[in-house]
Amino acid sequence: MLFASRSFCCLGIRTYQQRTDLLSRSIKISASATMAFRHKNTRRIEGLDSNVWVEFTKVAADPSIVNLGQGLPDISPPSYVKEELAKAAAVDRLNQYTRGFGHLSLVKALSQVYERVCGRKIDPLTDILVTVGAYGSLFSTIQALIEEGDEVIIIEPFYDCYEPMVKMAGAKPVFIPLRYKNDGNSPSSADWVLDSAELANKFNSKTKAIILNTPHNPIGKVFTREELQVIADLCIKHDTLCISDEVYEWLVYKGKKHIKIATLPGMWERTITIGSAGKTYSVTGWKLGWSIGPENLIKHLQVVHQNTLYTCSTPLQEALAQAFWIDYKRMDDPDCYFYSLSRELESKRDRMAQLLQESGLKPVIPDGGYFMIVDVSTLNVDLSDVDEKQPYDYKFVKWMITSKKLSAIPLSAFCGPETKRQFEKYIRFCFIKKDSTLDAAEVILKNWNKQTA
Amino acid sequence: MLRRAGPSLRHFLLERKSSAGYSSYTSEAKMSRPLQARRLEGIDKNIWVEFVKLAATYATVNLGQGFPDFPPPDFLKEAFVRALSGENHMLHQYTRAFGHPPLVKILAQFFGKLLGRDLDPMTNVMVTVGAYQALFCCFQAFVDEGDEKAPKDGKLMSSADWQLDPAELASKFSERTKAIVLNSPNNPLGKVFSQGELELIADLCEKHDILCISDEVYEWLVYDGKEHIRIASLRGMWDRTVMIGSAGKTFSATGWKVGWTVGPNRLLQHLRTVHQNSAYHCATIAQEAVAQGFQREIELYGKPDSYFVQLPKELQQKRDWLVQSLDAVGMKPIIPEGTYFLVADISEFKSDVPEVPDSDEPYDYRFAKWMVKNKGLAAIPLSAFYCGAHKNNYNHFIRFCFAKEEATLKAANDILQKWKREKTSP
Repeated sequence: MLFASRSFCCLGIRTYQQRTDLLSRSIKISASATMAFRHKNTRRIEGLDSNVWVEFTKVAADPSIVNLGQGLPDISPPSYVKEELAKAAAVDRLNQYTRGFGHLSLVKALSQVYERVCGRKIDPLTDILVTVGAYGSLFSTIQALIEEGDEVIIIEPFYDCYEPMVKMAGAKPVFIPLRYKNDGNSPSSADWVLDSAELANKFNSKTKAIILNTPHNPIGKVFTREELQVIADLCIKHDTLCISDEVYEWLVYKGKKHIKIATLPGMWERTITIGSAGKTYSVTGWKLGWSIGPENLIKHLQVVHQNTLYTCSTPLQEALAQAFWIDYKRMDDPDCYFYSLSRELESKRDRMAQLLQESGLKPVIPDGGYFMIVDVSTLNVDLSDVDEKQPYDYKFVKWMITSKKLSAIPLSAFCGPETKRQFEKYIRFCFIKKDSTLDAAEVILKNWNKQTA
Repeated sequence: MLRRAGPSLRHFLLERKSSAGYSSYTSEAKMSRPLQARRLEGIDKNIWVEFVKLAATYATVNLGQGFPDFPPPDFLKEAFVRALSGENHMLHQYTRAFGHPPLVKILAQFFGKLLGRDLDPMTNVMVTVGAYQALFCCFQAFVDEGDEKAPKDGKLMSSADWQLDPAELASKFSERTKAIVLNSPNNPLGKVFSQGELELIADLCEKHDILCISDEVYEWLVYDGKEHIRIASLRGMWDRTVMIGSAGKTFSATGWKVGWTVGPNRLLQHLRTVHQNSAYHCATIAQEAVAQGFQREIELYGKPDSYFVQLPKELQQKRDWLVQSLDAVGMKPIIPEGTYFLVADISEFKSDVPEVPDSDEPYDYRFAKWMVKNKGLAAIPLSAFYCGAHKNNYNHFIRFCFAKEEATLKAANDILQKWKREKTSP
């Protein structure tokens, strides 16, 4: 098979000299198919191969399915963002390598925007690193600052990559769940809180960092100043780092304010704040993110970055820089995309909540972000005959995709092993979707109600 | 910016340094505990940071950095614009994590033909953020602490004459050897490994049952009728080789940062694990445009209009131009068989930069720095590409990049001519 397949001429190229040489070499039966390959993967990635997205994006790829699963906008990015990319790509030198730690015009734009937001000086060259998405920032931060044997506190439910990234660094994830503290009828993300005593107990001398995500995915919680202060106090007391994932920072709804933990006293020097172009400008496919923090921390992230992928895409960074300048200049104007997007999403949030409520469900109304979780146990869908050893919500979502043509993400994907039971009745919907998608979801939910009535 | 890290990533012997812990942190830090992870030890220095800054400050002619100063081909730029301006705004959103389907399909088709086997785009190809990230995934996936990677230092002479000593190479393999990293065509020398040389390596890989990480980013840049041979196509090698390619080098668009790995599923599955836990997705639009670029090339393969025919032709001329320039002034170029780099022996110019006994810095580093500051011509010292133990054996060579417009190469020639005149005038 090997030799026959090499004797091709269909491309019209010169046939390889090696064919004759190969034949003249002593021919062993190709041992490759049968040899016991002694090389397996490294220890550092052992057990990190499965991934909820790989599983569910495949399942939901069918275009006939209404996809409210993966956090992927199907609305268009603003036109000026697309135009800036076209302009950037037309400049020859912007198609070649740029500065490794971040394209100059981009880090300058980021420093301006965030100086204004944080109320402190941010050096574009030393206090910022541009990465491949916020994902890349999380990776660089964890690889740079987390040592084998360290403990890292992760708040559940958590964006699923935190756990494997911490494990890949040889550290131990220590979980603490948000707990629902309200008996009222309209649950809100604000009702999900950390127990302060429980949190304090999780800190010890091995604790290197806590990962904070605000606004929170999947619940949509926007941590209040008081809540952040509790976390800050513990970080200072135990001299730990804070890795603050703030990708949804602009998506906060009426009455709520996003507060950066790095702006609390004593926190700048121990916090890495992570942001995302994908979430800021509805361009998840641009895969640009950034880490902002003090030089003595960022320099270590830069070392990781220069040894992993070195530099990010030039034209995308240039376009993003230009988009930031446009919005920076109108940060006092309600038309600034940072505010207009969140207004647009608030009405989608309200519509999504209404659809779910009309189906008899109790969605948890998020104060921020573009996800909404809902307890589906009240629908009493019996899946005990489904053989798979997966939590209820995994089975439910797979069933919902096949039988209702609607997709979501199971919440237990975002939990550590101890709390899966607690969260397996919840699923997560994404509502950064165009009207026609939400219309289609409405049809499904209305019909569902009829069938189960 | 160059895709190379400091030499540490290219160190062929991974030794775990024992660390007694840190006490180094700046006075601004209010955190009192050690901050950075031990895995960063010794890899913070980076030659490019230093030399790129020097070039930016002093260079009038920059032949240091390894990227073209001419644009990507029109068809590629047009593909990018089409992707942007099309109806499908979903190209601004996430695509498949392991590679945009149109791109992995065409890569599987293209490399399948070249390797003479059926490739499954979903399992035998993975897209990465440049070939750089492909290399990172390979090392993270396959090289544990304590493993060794076999080295490929060469002996003196010209590109084809720089060879591995078979006995010496064989002696580097041990029980702990996990992989060999092969780079052909080779940066910085420009060597294109021959059939026989690759078979030598293949035999050792098979004998010791090790992996081959094959960095082939310059695969299309071969000159003088030479042929790039893919080690994965040699007997017994497909199952143990990860082949790495780069859109940046293939299509002269280094700023796009699109690379790929091709190999058997049982190896690629581990690369996917690293990828999904580090970068996860690669930018969609660039992948879409690269896919279209390959579509064009697969149709034109072997024909005169093929970019893969035209680019090496153009670069060969530039190579010859630069070789002539250097030779004329007494820098002895090693004529490269491939890539867009060449290395020149600067021994005759040593009088300009005196030796400093007991200097920490290799001679060629000092020479290159002096040259950019005093002559405005940037190049990279060759010893940067060697491990610590070998640096002093190769400290009288510097590397030039010739993927530059004619005007740039002419300007370089002017500098060199003037320099020579100054040396010989009374």
